[in-house]
Amino acid sequence: MMIQNLKPAVISAVVVVVLTGLLMGVRLEQLGTGLTVTGAGPDVYWKIAAAAAFMFFFNLFRDHLSALWKALPGMPKTPTTLSDAAEKPLVRRLFWCFLIAAALIWPFMANRGGTDLATLVLIYIMLGLGLNIVVGLAGLLDLGYVGFYAVGAYSYALLAMYFGVGFWTGLIAAGCMAALFGFLLGFPVLRLRGDYLAIVTLGFGEIIRILLNNMTWLTNGPNGIGGIPKPTLFGLEFSRRASEGMQSFHDFVGISYDSSHRVIFLYLLALLLVLITLFVINRLLRMPIGRAWEALREDEIACRSLGINPTAIKLNAFTIGATFAGFAGCFFAARQGFISPESFTFIESAIILAIVVLGGMGSQVGVILAAIIMTVLPEMAREFNEYRMLLFGLMMVLMMIWRPQGLLPMKRPHMELRT
Amino acid sequence: MTSTTPLLEVSGLTMRFGGLLAVDGVALNVFPQQIVSMIGPNGAGKTTVFNCLTGFYKPSDGKIIFRGEEIQGLPGFKVARKGMIRTFQHVRLFKEMTVLENLLIAQHQSMNTNMLAGLFKTPSYRRSEKEAMDRAAYWLERVDLKEFANRKANTLAYGQQRRLEIARCMVTQPSLLMLDEPAAGLNPRETEDLKVLIAELRQNHDLTILLIEHDMKLVMSISDHIVVINQGCPLAQGTPEQVRQNPDVIKAYLGET
Repeated sequence: MMIQNLKPAVISAVVVVVLTGLLMGVRLEQLGTGLTVTGAGPDVYWKIAAAAAFMFFFNLFRDHLSALWKALPGMPKTPTTLSDAAEKPLVRRLFWCFLIAAALIWPFMANRGGTDLATLVLIYIMLGLGLNIVVGLAGLLDLGYVGFYAVGAYSYALLAMYFGVGFWTGLIAAGCMAALFGFLLGFPVLRLRGDYLAIVTLGFGEIIRILLNNMTWLTNGPNGIGGIPKPTLFGLEFSRRASEGMQSFHDFVGISYDSSHRVIFLYLLALLLVLITLFVINRLLRMPIGRAWEALREDEIACRSLGINPTAIKLNAFTIGATFAGFAGCFFAARQGFISPESFTFIESAIILAIVVLGGMGSQVGVILAAIIMTVLPEMAREFNEYRMLLFGLMMVLMMIWRPQGLLPMKRPHMELRT
Repeated sequence: MTSTTPLLEVSGLTMRFGGLLAVDGVALNVFPQQIVSMIGPNGAGKTTVFNCLTGFYKPSDGKIIFRGEEIQGLPGFKVARKGMIRTFQHVRLFKEMTVLENLLIAQHQSMNTNMLAGLFKTPSYRRSEKEAMDRAAYWLERVDLKEFANRKANTLAYGQQRRLEIARCMVTQPSLLMLDEPAAGLNPRETEDLKVLIAELRQNHDLTILLIEHDMKLVMSISDHIVVINQGCPLAQGTPEQVRQNPDVIKAYLGET
């Protein structure tokens, strides 16, 4: 076996030496009018030699290595006792209570940066949960989800800029606008299937972004919209000096001004929105529409034979999903205070989709976990700088090898017949 | 004949796939509470006729009148809502869902699907949910599957899946049940049970049944009227006795000699 591998091993080592030797070992330098070839330092040659040796031995022992790779244990499976316990409603409820309590305490324990990051995580959770309805539950691959996010954000920003609308009215308007766009887009495209739908939605996302970029008279184009008003708490502002006719929070409560109040408030607001989203989706899952989504994913023809209109059901999923993106977009605009088309590129759609797939299609806890990982990891890996995206990609590849079903695969609540 | 106006009236039904004439001028009448069977050699176009009737195909020509309404060209889900429910040649259950949920989905149309009602669990929503559960439980009892209610549909044995499919049709409270080879793959005892079930459905639930079947024993013993189709064309129709003795039918089935 080793003899067999000797030839490719030697060849690969020679290739390494020749290629890297030419690429890295020698340099052309300008000397006056002519060019001279100068060699690199000895350390470079040592590195090339090491790389060649590595390739040589790697190819020599590749059969052993692949055997080792196979012997490598897979991801640990969740112990059965744990997953059994997770089935019980009491345990589930306790788990959720604990999670919510932890989320509530977080801003008071963490520093300002931590709270800010957590708010970003919450935005992604909201987006992930919304897309989860479309992709995970209804099984429609939507690559342009960021379009609805942008619609929500711009709805609020434009309303605030032109009509001075406040956050709470803006929130509802943004949700409605995104829902309307979801409905209008869904109407013609939901007859399409799988890949075709993905491409059309991809196009839609880009169209929205480019429109926002080019409709300069309305949206300021690439310069974006600034000075978007921050959310208020029952008319109380979170700023040092309240604007005309308003009262500020610290005056009202009678404490001294602290800029962290606003950060905490934004965080709690995002948490509230996420909790509402979770509640709504949980109810939807148990409602006829939730069942119809799953049935549609399994067998569209059987659905039609039972009198269910597939287009209406899909449109429903698309519209509801878009609404949550609209809410998230409005909150995003209010938090940033400034938005531009730059924030709504395709990569955002991809990240949200990655959150859904990574978390386990259809699973809500999975989406939450994945949103945390996808937002916090890049933040923590900041030291690696340019290798960040590389690590990110590596993680995705490994995930798909080890757990293609996602971190926490979905377990849909089943209705039981009590006998 | 129990009534003079047919529940389903088909005339000149034609289906063309490009140059292929799959169904050519099929006509049949189904009267209320009748059991009508459609037979014919493999590839005769029986399932195509079914697909045309139930709106899965758009017939190229012909008229389909169901309960006094023309329904040709309507999409499948609309035809189903009018009370014409079908099964499939190959079982099409929602495999990953429980037996009970299969029956609940079938009642989607009759349930309270108002979003807000569902979000806040209003009394009317609860009532509609309870009704659906009760109806599902009743039909599970009828087809002898109640003990499996909370199991996934794909864990059932084949014969049970067939019965579940019929139950799933029945919870929609159809007036015409169309069964596409319901006895395919069943053993003789299960076929016998199926026969009893079909007869009972007709008797107790005011149901009319249109059947495609290859099991001649079943067809002959249960049908009031038989339609024979060969190569897309109607070959003969009449009572089981008439069809059995029709020389054309014998020729089509046994080959020309």
